Amino acid sequence: MLAAVLDWLADPWAQALGRRALLEVVLLGLAGGALGCWVVFYDLAYSAESLAHALLPGLVVAALLGLPLLLGGAVGLLVAALAVALAGRVEGVGRDTGVAVVVTTLFGLGVLLALSAETPAGLQDLLFGDVLGVSDTDLALAGGLVVVLLGALAVLHPRLLAVGFDRGSARGLGVRAGVVDAALLLLLAGALLVAVQCLGNLLVVAVLVAPASAARLLTRRMAPMLALAGALAVLAGVAGMYLSYHAGTAAGASIALALVASYGVAALARPLLAR
Amino acid sequence: MSLLVADGLAVGYGGAPVLRDVRFAIEPGERVAVLGPNGGGKTTLFRTVLGELVPAEGRLDVHGRCAVVPQTERSRLDFPVSALDVAVMGALSRLPWWRRPGRAERATASAALARVGLADREGTTFGDLSGGQRQRVLVARALVQDAPVLLLDEPFTGLDAASADRLETLMRELAAEGRALLIATHDVEQARAWDRVLCLNGRQVAYGAPAAALTRPVLEATYGTDIVDLECVEHGGHTVVLPAHHHHH
Ligand SMILES: Nc1ncnc2c1ncn2[C@@H]1O[C@H](COP(=O)(O)OP(=O)(O)O)[C@@H](O)[C@H]1O
Ligand SMILES: [Mg+2]
Repeated sequence: MLAAVLDWLADPWAQALGRRALLEVVLLGLAGGALGCWVVFYDLAYSAESLAHALLPGLVVAALLGLPLLLGGAVGLLVAALAVALAGRVEGVGRDTGVAVVVTTLFGLGVLLALSAETPAGLQDLLFGDVLGVSDTDLALAGGLVVVLLGALAVLHPRLLAVGFDRGSARGLGVRAGVVDAALLLLLAGALLVAVQCLGNLLVVAVLVAPASAARLLTRRMAPMLALAGALAVLAGVAGMYLSYHAGTAAGASIALALVASYGVAALARPLLAR
Repeated sequence: MSLLVADGLAVGYGGAPVLRDVRFAIEPGERVAVLGPNGGGKTTLFRTVLGELVPAEGRLDVHGRCAVVPQTERSRLDFPVSALDVAVMGALSRLPWWRRPGRAERATASAALARVGLADREGTTFGDLSGGQRQRVLVARALVQDAPVLLLDEPFTGLDAASADRLETLMRELAAEGRALLIATHDVEQARAWDRVLCLNGRQVAYGAPAAALTRPVLEATYGTDIVDLECVEHGGHTVVLPAHHHHH
């Protein structure tokens, strides 16, 4: 009996493929969970989703040309940022509408390109991720992301707190809200770029939003919230991989499901903890 | 030397100025009541002092750092910070951008909270405090900034009598330390006890010692004839104006 349980637990990691995927998911969970707390409190969930979708054509073009996806994604992000900036200036079009038009256009363009016959990677991997196809470069990138991101969040922490709490007073406190915003957006763009290849275009936002929202329900201070969100994201990532392995479901989608479930569990646990 | 000098100041938000003809000189140790109706330009003046708005005309010279106690309704109640976290934010202006507040900063913040009577509330989440306590936390944050000029934007709004008395005492002490305090308020009676009044209604109506400046024509020009006539009560020989939204005391 015990042996069966242990086998069940150990099986997914028996091969190098599974172990690499596990490491990648743990790294992205740590980064996504912590960054997600700030995304939630700075109301950046919509921006995150827009950025993730808008970089699709870049990924597809890179896949078509046989270039690194990272490069394609970075160019895609730049093009999207420029297009959004320009769309925001068109007379009579609101900022949200401008962003929506640009993002939908770029996303549609990406899908169109991906449906062309020569696309090698196939649309599916770019949309839903390729958790099991993790390369050494991907792992190194994810590791770098975690180090840079957690370091930056630690340094920026007091300023992020001050601006998020009371933007209007930031300047009076000697904190430049614009610089803090820009730094956070830069971190977000970097995290999306690295995470999108593993978790996919449609699902990457889940790792940012779901664990952070869950942690928000259970904690009352920023530092424990960051830690809890990271832990929840890692747990959900691992749970999702078990689900995928044993139920034969798609890895990216299973992880996304587990991430959303973590929020559900937190919502249920909250009344119990509040007593 | 004056800490704050305005000379023909006009300021707005891109369009026509919403505040004009501002002229004053504020000395260390003065408590200045900034009076005016809603939309009169009190907050606009404060934002100009802080450098957030640039004068359209004239000039405003600020000699020394400024700390502000904002109108409380501007801060977020759902944010995961304690009273101490908020008070510590006052130390950021003295630290280079890569430095995090440490033990010394927390001790300063702790002392500031004690000074506003919230020593036992350090660990309470900001959003869980009462309105008066939140106001005092923001005053503590300004104390941590240790600036020679303090701007308080309607700090008495929502305070009960005991908190208001405590804040009044604290303001007297801060002025005695040689700081200049600008206090936006709706309470003309209270302003009579301070050193200067600045009456704003889209423009500067009057500036000077309360006894000389707070004449009936000035009050009418500041608040409009209707309000003064409707809400005027004789009170120990003084005219007391109670604008419609005046509730505490
Ligand atoms: N951000 C803004 N943009 C444009 N107009 C503003 C802005 N803030 C305030 N105003 C206008 O400036 C005038 C003065 O406002 P304010 O300084 O907030 O008044 P008070 O603080 O005395 O109630 C009002 O007419 C108000 O509508
Ligand atoms: Mg105001």
